[in-house]
Amino acid sequence: MTSMSRVLNKPVGRALFSLLSIGLLVWIAHWFLGPAVARSVAIGGVSGAILVYGSSVLSAALRRIGNQPGHALYPAVSAINRYWKANQRRLAPWLFLAPGCLMFAVYVIIPIFQSIWISFYDWDGLGEAQWIGTANYAEMASDPNMVTSFRNNILWLVLYMLALPAGLLIAIFLNQTIRGIRLYKSLFFFPFVISQVVVGLIFSWFYAPGFGLLYKVIEGITGQGIAILADPDLVTYGIIAAGLWPQIAYVMILYLTGLNNVAPDQVEAARLDGAKGWRMLWYVILPQLRPATFIAVVVTVIGALRSFDLVSIMTSGGPFGSSRVLSYYMYEQALSEYGYRMGYGAAIAVVLFAIMMVFISGFIWKMWRDETER
Amino acid sequence: MFPRPIQQASPGFQWMYRVALPIALLVWLFPLLGVAVTSVRPASDLAQGNYFGIPSYLAFENYGDVFRNTPMGRYILNSFVVTIPTVIGAVALSLMTGFALAIYRFRSNLFLFFLFVAGNFVPFQILMVPVRDLTLSFGMYNTYWGLILFHIAFQTGFCTLFMRNFIKALPFELIEAARVEGVSEIRIFWYIVLPLMRPAIAALSVLIFTFIWNDFFWATVLTTSPQTQPITAGLSSLNGQWVAAWHLVSAGSILAALPPVAMFFLMQKHFIAGLTLGAVK
Repeated sequence: MTSMSRVLNKPVGRALFSLLSIGLLVWIAHWFLGPAVARSVAIGGVSGAILVYGSSVLSAALRRIGNQPGHALYPAVSAINRYWKANQRRLAPWLFLAPGCLMFAVYVIIPIFQSIWISFYDWDGLGEAQWIGTANYAEMASDPNMVTSFRNNILWLVLYMLALPAGLLIAIFLNQTIRGIRLYKSLFFFPFVISQVVVGLIFSWFYAPGFGLLYKVIEGITGQGIAILADPDLVTYGIIAAGLWPQIAYVMILYLTGLNNVAPDQVEAARLDGAKGWRMLWYVILPQLRPATFIAVVVTVIGALRSFDLVSIMTSGGPFGSSRVLSYYMYEQALSEYGYRMGYGAAIAVVLFAIMMVFISGFIWKMWRDETER
Repeated sequence: MFPRPIQQASPGFQWMYRVALPIALLVWLFPLLGVAVTSVRPASDLAQGNYFGIPSYLAFENYGDVFRNTPMGRYILNSFVVTIPTVIGAVALSLMTGFALAIYRFRSNLFLFFLFVAGNFVPFQILMVPVRDLTLSFGMYNTYWGLILFHIAFQTGFCTLFMRNFIKALPFELIEAARVEGVSEIRIFWYIVLPLMRPAIAALSVLIFTFIWNDFFWATVLTTSPQTQPITAGLSSLNGQWVAAWHLVSAGSILAALPPVAMFFLMQKHFIAGLTLGAVK
């Protein structure tokens, strides 16, 4: 046994060692990365260490005192120990769930209700909030920007669905076993790994009037280039095309995995029966791809309704607000140079949430059925 | 296998397939390749209208310019400082929640599980105003921890779904045998389940790394200054300053894309296993 592991085998040694290494990390962070990073490292390191050591010291103490009938705390501790032994299977899940549930409740579940609450107020985020009942919703009904955003959201939702057939097509194209096909598959998947901010910048360049590649191609064919992102009638289609690029890649990888698991005997049997091409795909393959299709629909719908990054990067909702979607319009109202209308923003978010809830309930209902059937 | 293996096709068709593959890939990645080439194109080329030709020389100085004239280094650092603790936190929390929801039967089990799943799908905007207020009141607005804590909490939804399904697929006899031996529940988690979770932890870590690295919305809502902004938000604000400096925009974009791309290529198997969980029965 080396001296190092001897040190690490004692609780004191472990504590000292981790204190030293946290100190060293904080010092390195401070030296190279500045005090702000060092503070983060310190907070994270120390709280993590306290959590780990606190719980291990506590459980060790409970066990030790539980073995010493003479100890002053023995009756209490042994009662705790007995209670834990008898009930641990009932208590353990809640112990494991507590931290996750707490975080999720504070940052996700409760804010949903707070947002609904705020949507009944007129509030600039700083001063006194004023209860105005459903006035925000009434205003929305006659807000022309709402109509544009809503229409664009529907357009996103419908056109995003093209990712399914397109992804399936590419997956079928790539589902072969030749040399180097793995690399092809990963390179086709590439766009999904890149940030939407970067995708937005790439397509802005692609569409750029005057020198953008697409602009040049169109100019070459028709003699007249089109500045897609400056044209109110085309801009949303341009952004959706950019969004489809990574989305198709995602759907493709789902279908590739699905195709990999299609039962070969069924395919062979169908082939012997003379099925091929479209009929084979429709009657034999697609039914087996149902789980992949379900996930593809879920991620595509959610992706379409979450579209914010691309709109923000490529057009900031323009020109003349014609490429706004609900998620972007909400942000504009609540947090940008257009003003701090938290109440109205929250009301828009509630509408978006309601639309999404229709889909989410559908997904959950299907998952619930699968889960209880098992 | 569907479609029919190409090896069974005629030689002419096989040859066509082999030619079609690289062409299709080229078309598919064309916008990306264009940006990659632009990132090493000297500014003088752009000024002379040489947008598509071969760059007159490889101008790696564009990357140097980006680092010298903008806080790009700081942005990249911020992204790492936000992403790494988030990955650790979300994986740790979801290991526990996933374990609890997969192993124990109690009445609200499925309800809690679907609460996590549903919460993972909600639009960010419904959380925006309250989360921003909460972060402000914690004194964490425009700090790393403000972003990290929110990301950990939100990602716990997806991670719980993932971990729970993974643990559910483990042989339950293992746990029953341990219980018969009198092993405590906490030790079962630590010594029996956790060692089996390594592939799940790897898959989830690369996925969450990519998700958080690429997050833009929360970066713009919860941070405002280059001291704390991650690279996505930084790139967006630089894009406003670099009007028409496409060689710099391209270099910045490539830099922002590199870490998740490297992550993907290094951990490809885990990454795809994570993404396609549930795509097969």
